[in-house]
Amino acid sequence: MDLKSSDQATGAAPLPSTVSNALKIVIVGGFGVGKTTMVRSVSEIRPLSTEEIMTRAGVGIDDAGEVRGKTTTTVAFDFGRITLNDEMVLYLFGAPGQQRFWFLWDRLFSGTLGAVVLVDTRRVQDSWYAIDRLEHHGMPFIVARNDFGGPEHRPEDIREALDLSEDIPLIDCDARDRQSSKKVLITLVNHLYSLSTREHV
Amino acid sequence: MTRSVDREDPDRLYIVTGGRSRVDESSIDSVSLIVSECDPTPGMQSEHVKILRMCTGPKAVVEIAAELGLPVSVVKILLCDLLDTGRITARHPSSAAAPTPGPAKTRLPDPTVLKQVLVGLEKL
Repeated sequence: MDLKSSDQATGAAPLPSTVSNALKIVIVGGFGVGKTTMVRSVSEIRPLSTEEIMTRAGVGIDDAGEVRGKTTTTVAFDFGRITLNDEMVLYLFGAPGQQRFWFLWDRLFSGTLGAVVLVDTRRVQDSWYAIDRLEHHGMPFIVARNDFGGPEHRPEDIREALDLSEDIPLIDCDARDRQSSKKVLITLVNHLYSLSTREHV
Repeated sequence: MTRSVDREDPDRLYIVTGGRSRVDESSIDSVSLIVSECDPTPGMQSEHVKILRMCTGPKAVVEIAAELGLPVSVVKILLCDLLDTGRITARHPSSAAAPTPGPAKTRLPDPTVLKQVLVGLEKL
């Protein structure tokens, strides 16, 4: 189903008045890995940007020089939206993986269905911390490798570089492509579904 | 869109919230859907007026924050005022109904909810 271009041009396309349950999926990744691109390719609204204030506990964790002299420190994140049916809407958040961001996880992302870790194979190490934190939060996730046209890597090599267990899905994607990004989300929800049916027996 | 509170006079955030810095976080989720229940009245704080105008249909807290250009936690404080006086209602996400504090194991969502999500995504 293609959305009308007028809907995508405005960030204010209204939700159906019957919508009552909002769900969250978070796309985590380092700077420039394509989080906002992926949000944009599947969102029915132009991605919006907002921010949250850091509590004092997180300030100075990343880099003391960066925050010196500021009275308020914030973490910015982008998000988009997919109306699933008359009752349900899915919010997709693109979230920076850096250290201070995780102080906001419980405040912003409690109740999140699951996460996509978006990986650039030229900078695999950028994803280590995010994967560690997701595991710490008990948040189910999949890994999607955004194709930047670099040298081919075998999936098993990426798995090894990320220390990723066999039961966590790893797929290739092109974050610019709507169908490809849609497939990433479906892979995540299928993974959640199999975990969930295992738990809810 | 690129405006940041980092470069903003902190007094403004203080005034907007009436000096309060805390709100019962568990009462409003970042994707709780807000709906206006009345029209703005004369003398109402301008942020409250804006919220009532933009929520004639359901709108998530993060969308309100993005439109107002204010941090999510500041918007939650503003929404608490409006909720307390019955000027808005909030539809809270059912998946976050019972958040477990701290790093405790996240509860997996209901398979029937996930099935509905899959059906919705396939239609994209």
